Amino acid sequence: MAIVNLQDVTYKYPLTDTPALQNINLQVNEGEFLAIIGPNGAGKSTLCYTLAGFVPHFFKGELSGLVEVLGKESLDSTLSEWVLNVGLAFQNPFNQISGAKYTVFEELAFGLENIGIPREEMKVRVEDAMQLTGISDLAERSPYSLSGGQQQRVALTSILVMQPKVLVLDEPTSQMDPIGTREVFAVIRRMAESGMTVILVEHKVEWIAQFADRVIALKDGQLLLDGTPSEVLTSPILQENGFGISRYTSVARKAKEMGLWKRNELPVTLDEAAEGFAADNHI
Amino acid sequence: MKIEISNLQFTYPNGVQALKDISLSIDSGEQVAIVGQNGAGKTTLVKHLNGLLQPTQGHVLIGDWDTTKYSVSKLASRVGYVFQNPDEQLFSKTVGVEVAFGPRNLGYHGDQAQMLVKDALTLTELSDKTETNPYDLSVTWRKMVALASIISMDTDIVIFDEPTTGQDAVNIARIANVIAALRARGKTVITITHDIDFCAENFERVIAMSQGKILLDGKANDVFGQEEVLATTYVDPPQLTRLGKRLIFNKTVRNEAEFLAALKRQV
Repeated sequence: MAIVNLQDVTYKYPLTDTPALQNINLQVNEGEFLAIIGPNGAGKSTLCYTLAGFVPHFFKGELSGLVEVLGKESLDSTLSEWVLNVGLAFQNPFNQISGAKYTVFEELAFGLENIGIPREEMKVRVEDAMQLTGISDLAERSPYSLSGGQQQRVALTSILVMQPKVLVLDEPTSQMDPIGTREVFAVIRRMAESGMTVILVEHKVEWIAQFADRVIALKDGQLLLDGTPSEVLTSPILQENGFGISRYTSVARKAKEMGLWKRNELPVTLDEAAEGFAADNHI
Repeated sequence: MKIEISNLQFTYPNGVQALKDISLSIDSGEQVAIVGQNGAGKTTLVKHLNGLLQPTQGHVLIGDWDTTKYSVSKLASRVGYVFQNPDEQLFSKTVGVEVAFGPRNLGYHGDQAQMLVKDALTLTELSDKTETNPYDLSVTWRKMVALASIISMDTDIVIFDEPTTGQDAVNIARIANVIAALRARGKTVITITHDIDFCAENFERVIAMSQGKILLDGKANDVFGQEEVLATTYVDPPQLTRLGKRLIFNKTVRNEAEFLAALKRQV
């Protein structure tokens, strides 16, 4: 059953002539882990804002088509109703931190305070979420004293405590080192397995291939591809349109021309590449 | 221009010892990537090269200049530093004015200043955007403006802090072109990066840092071959290095050409 339903969605920011999103049709099922890829300026963040209700409630502009989550239409809801169902972690965590709180713990409780969660439950939810994302040791620090990677974890955690049905993440690991990235992906995967619907914008293709159920490719505000990670991530359309692709895919494509990769499907992950090259060349 | 760092230690005012006895020399014209986990001391180290930070102990020489004896503005004639976040660096009303600011401060004027600006704009593919306000550009192009405003200063040494963060494939290729052009001009390029595949494809020498120390320093392939040591600073070897290792190649490979050559030999 589709929890997110976009039909023929077109959107223009105020004072602009070109739509940032054009005729987007997208249904996302409950518990699905959907990844969004695309070059800079493709409309990825705008799509996140639309799902999270900031478009059009905060950004204004012209929205047409249908934006529905859990059967409710975005235009018929207020932003404060909408955020109970959809949580968004911003691309730049600095823009998300409230500025009203002195410690990470208080920052994480801010959203819960706003929706009137009782104090005792608030404490439990914040502590559980901090443990999940590995930031318990940051509880008493000022959100502004943290590194970019740590701020990103706080931004993610402050959405997780709200326990939204749909979790929208805009490049949540862009400022993290590889180990941080791996840990955060493990957390996101666990959220998806627990039944949360996850919609993730990400450039790191190898991670998408390992974790996502489905991938869509956006360019110039339009939906270019929609399919399984291996269908989308190995499509020749990606390279032609300036998308980043996995080195495994790209080297196998060249090896295929040299007769050193024999099967039709191309690899996205290390395991797929290693198995294919070994079997095709008797290594 | 040679960089010579000897027994460098640095402790932040809050008592955190960020660098512990670093000794390092970088020759004129070398292309060096610095990798390592968040908090390893990478940014702290490069901030010593243009005098933004001063050693608690030890020395940093840029050519024959000891950084403790020259001001940041003086060192700017030898070392250019491109910040990780372009928004911390850009302040002018137009791209053209922004890119002209550095050379003007270094005392260039007239035709010479104009030439430097024009060259930097061409190299970064910004020639058609000189009249645009940098903040009307996408973050991708703001990054290129940040690069151009340092390149126009024509310093012998150029430092990039995380140049590929948040950039798409097309712009990463553009940044790689800029680095290749600087290499061809004999510039020293030092880059901090988490993007290990970008590092593998564009740098000959790699330094891996962990907890304020240098763990590994050498030819890229030799460094990437040390998977276990790299793991201690949370760096995964490049994708094709890992694939080569899984296929039991007898040599470490780091890019497509090396991988395909090794695969051919193996078959």
